[in-house]
Amino acid sequence: MNTNSCCNSEEAIKKNETSSECVSNQNSCCCENAGMSTCEPVLQYDARQRWILGGIDTSEGKIPRISTKLSLSDIAGACKVRFGIGRMNYKINPGLYAAGMPDDTSPVLVTANYKLTFDALRKELNDLNAWIVVLDTKGVNVWCSAGKGTFGTKELLNRISKTRLSGIVSHKTLILPQLGAPGVSAHEVEKKSGFRVVYGPVRAEDIKEFLEAGMKAKDEMRKVKFNIINRAVLTPIEFISTFKIAILVFGIMFLVNLIAVNPFGVVDFYALMGALIAGTVITPLLLPWIPVRAFAAKGWIMGLIWAMAVNILNGGFAIPEYGILKAFAYLLILPSVASYFAMNFTGSSTYTSFSGVIREMKIAVPLIGFTIGLGTVMLMINCFIHI
Amino acid sequence: MKNKYLKNVCTLKLDSDKCVGCGRCIEVCPHNVFRILKGKAEIIDKDDCMECGACAKNCAFNAIEVKSGVGCAYAVIMGWLLGTEPTCDCSGGSGECC
Repeated sequence: MNTNSCCNSEEAIKKNETSSECVSNQNSCCCENAGMSTCEPVLQYDARQRWILGGIDTSEGKIPRISTKLSLSDIAGACKVRFGIGRMNYKINPGLYAAGMPDDTSPVLVTANYKLTFDALRKELNDLNAWIVVLDTKGVNVWCSAGKGTFGTKELLNRISKTRLSGIVSHKTLILPQLGAPGVSAHEVEKKSGFRVVYGPVRAEDIKEFLEAGMKAKDEMRKVKFNIINRAVLTPIEFISTFKIAILVFGIMFLVNLIAVNPFGVVDFYALMGALIAGTVITPLLLPWIPVRAFAAKGWIMGLIWAMAVNILNGGFAIPEYGILKAFAYLLILPSVASYFAMNFTGSSTYTSFSGVIREMKIAVPLIGFTIGLGTVMLMINCFIHI
Repeated sequence: MKNKYLKNVCTLKLDSDKCVGCGRCIEVCPHNVFRILKGKAEIIDKDDCMECGACAKNCAFNAIEVKSGVGCAYAVIMGWLLGTEPTCDCSGGSGECC
């Protein structure tokens, strides 16, 4: 909602400077201030947003009431961020929101201010009366921001006091998404704010059942999944994020072509694009079925299959049209390119451990560097010498 | 099909002497690594652990220890090159600061 949030927030800070509880610290980056300032009014919201239906009155002021239905623009926004358009700035104002007609006994749900996350939650709140505390996670989802600590104990305590929550609800229970747990220390929150933290289900779609069961999560609700659909939605952004490097490589190829005897051609173009797809799309999709555990190895296998396919498509490995040197270079480079990007997918996966990633990288990174380096030398020789 | 990652690398440690069996670790674990047996938590399969750190962070009795970190390869490489701890600032400063 706030594409220019920095400046908006700064104005908000200035406007409220007269209020006694305002502590503004405008010394560093203003975005930081937006997160740190303690003078944000509970009721600050942009009523032009279509997902805000109006406000409801509480003893602490007016609280924005949200729609529990996603509009076409919400869905379009979700599609855009899945393709990396404005993904780092798809956020809403942190603060308190109301779903339905909550009163002082209604449950309090805590979430992140990434709009994709917020939308996933609110569309599950149909027919429910609940308060929603949106933490300032800088537009990052719950799990990632919990890992970074922005969805954390400090921000939660800060937000509880800023939204004057204890004046709005008469109970002392907060429901946090389970995946917020890496950032939040429940016992510390209780000690410092008096609010008891209950971890709800992993997925927002289970929240209604969780509440109906008296805040009890079934085992199944506590488990993170990573099925083919979960993986598929991640692949566009994985692929698109390789474009910068791809354009750089194609630029270098173009420059080399200006002086090459044996210039790069369309085969080189699709060979590289295919390796990128093998690493960023095919490996993630086929993940559990590739019979090795290390992601770098999974990607390498997919890349090797692709490299062999390219060579066979161009006249077979024994007598490739573009010569044996390039055929070997492809076998060195393409699997390693796919391997590198598959290895990067550990960061998006939901089950790889930090220690495991380090273990595989210590082996994979030098090998990837060496094979791509050697293969590149072979390609260059092939460009300038007829063999 | 169940996703399985590398074996015998996980740094998860549980100190049974400190554990009071409150079950908070079971509540926060996304991979069902713990169970309660005879009033104390127990690790079922350490290889299922992804070191997210939720259990250690939420154990009021400091019974759990795990080295958690950013499992993003790019961040790790940048950390190696720059000699710093890996950070997950994939955002690269875009829109972070005005």
